[in-house]
Amino acid sequence: MTHLILSRLTKTFGRETALDDVSLSVAPGERVALLGHNGAGKSTLMKIVLGLIPADAGRVEVLGAPPGSPQARAQVAYLPENAAFHPALTGEEQMGLYLRLRGQSPRDARPLLDRVGLGSAATRRIGTYSKGMRQRVGLAQALIGRPRLLILDEPTSGLDPVSRREFYAILDDLAADGAAILLSSHALTEVEARTDRIAILSRGVVVADDTLAGLRRNAALPTRMQIAARPGAADEVAEALQAGGRNGVTVDLVCAADEKLDRLGRIAALGPLVEDVEILPPSLKDIYDHYSRREAK
Amino acid sequence: MTAALGLAGCEFRIALRNRWVAIVIAMMALFALVLAAAGSAPTGALGADRLSVTVASLTSLAVYLVPLVALLMSFDAIAGEVERGTLPLLLTYPVSRGRVLLGKAAAHLATLAIAFAVGYGLAAGAAFAVDAEAARGLPALWRLFWSSLLLGAGFLGIGYALAAVARRPGAAAGLAIGLWLVAIVLYDLGLLAAVVADGGGAFTTDVFPWLLLANPADAFRLFNLASSEATAAAAGVGGAAAAIPAWQALLSITLWPLAAFALALQAFRKVTP
Repeated sequence: MTHLILSRLTKTFGRETALDDVSLSVAPGERVALLGHNGAGKSTLMKIVLGLIPADAGRVEVLGAPPGSPQARAQVAYLPENAAFHPALTGEEQMGLYLRLRGQSPRDARPLLDRVGLGSAATRRIGTYSKGMRQRVGLAQALIGRPRLLILDEPTSGLDPVSRREFYAILDDLAADGAAILLSSHALTEVEARTDRIAILSRGVVVADDTLAGLRRNAALPTRMQIAARPGAADEVAEALQAGGRNGVTVDLVCAADEKLDRLGRIAALGPLVEDVEILPPSLKDIYDHYSRREAK
Repeated sequence: MTAALGLAGCEFRIALRNRWVAIVIAMMALFALVLAAAGSAPTGALGADRLSVTVASLTSLAVYLVPLVALLMSFDAIAGEVERGTLPLLLTYPVSRGRVLLGKAAAHLATLAIAFAVGYGLAAGAAFAVDAEAARGLPALWRLFWSSLLLGAGFLGIGYALAAVARRPGAAAGLAIGLWLVAIVLYDLGLLAAVVADGGGAFTTDVFPWLLLANPADAFRLFNLASSEATAAAAGVGGAAAAIPAWQALLSITLWPLAAFALALQAFRKVTP
């Protein structure tokens, strides 16, 4: 059974179209990243899945139940963007409440806080926490009761690189346990290796939904090569390769992905004139820009 | 139910830490003591014991103070959650909005109960200190206690409804104070003016009693004064209280919390986080 199915979802706010005919699904054990600029519709999509706001048209199925139904809510965990909690409660008390709301013992608060690295701050008031620490409380509450679907809105914003790695390690465990995970981000660099599939939203439209390799392939962005020529030989190399840019020692070359091997062969044929070759495949940012701009045209 | 209890526990803890509990208790205690001290004039002529006299004074005080305190505590309940951004997450939990409201109300009612117990208790203690007969006023004091809770519950519900409509704590606080002014102060002034202008006509005999009953604060006053003749005598408003049976006033202050909570739930259900 697919844990989350969105089919032809549409939502407008007044004249603004937040989501336009969006279809998306997340299978058990699958980690799907939802990418898009601010205002692309990521949070709106998530709030509809959670049943916080209704959709105008289209169908949403959360673990076989309508969004926001008691059955769905019992198995769905949510981490809001900029997770906020009552500043007067301690981390442990806040977690205790969330545990009780899910019918679990408040005594589990400590182990959960330990798991996200907040054990030492458990008895401090949340008002004294940093943004990263609040985000960890948010993650801890999302782990309560073995949820089958996790909706994480920009979960790694405010986390330092080390915390981010720890965060993804926890997600790996959850996915391995069969939970479906939908997380949003505005940067492809943050999610690249840690997700199974990437959906890109642009102005409420899904403009891509594929693995990173698939996105890379379909974008067919040109590859850049930087050729370090022997001192004084830059002009000669540039001429031989019909390359444009050069700055004395390095020669820049841009070619389509399928011409890459051919070009490399010609560079190798130049023999001693060339000292080194650097191949720069299209960056994640290039790929993301390619898809998010394509629809905006 | 454990969900609502958990929410109530947290809400009470927050009220403790925000000093709400302390503020409300201090306010009730202070006013009760001031009343106890001020009401030390000889009362023998009225045939009432000291505690009954104190209860009459407390009733007049509670009419103003209880709604004010209840409204002030409740305005933050929903609007505060919206403002802090804690509401969306809470609403994704498997707990209904009715339960959320119930949990908050339980905590706020507990706060009120403690404050009334302390305030009224102090006033009673002062009465016992000077009058051995004060025990005769205990039933009236008990009645004042639980009817104050009913009155408080009514205004808590109204406060939640206002908070849900206003969405922002600032606006909700303004609405709460405005409502208090209208319902508690201006309402009675308006009625008084109408009765005087009417000069004993149809308004005074037919409409006026219903208007008194319709306002929970007036119904609360009527109930406490009508239930105890001694108190009524002490307060000198026996005539007005006798016109309306106590059960009708009781019905009004019992129905108000129910109606207010229904209203609050209705408004809360419309809040989209």
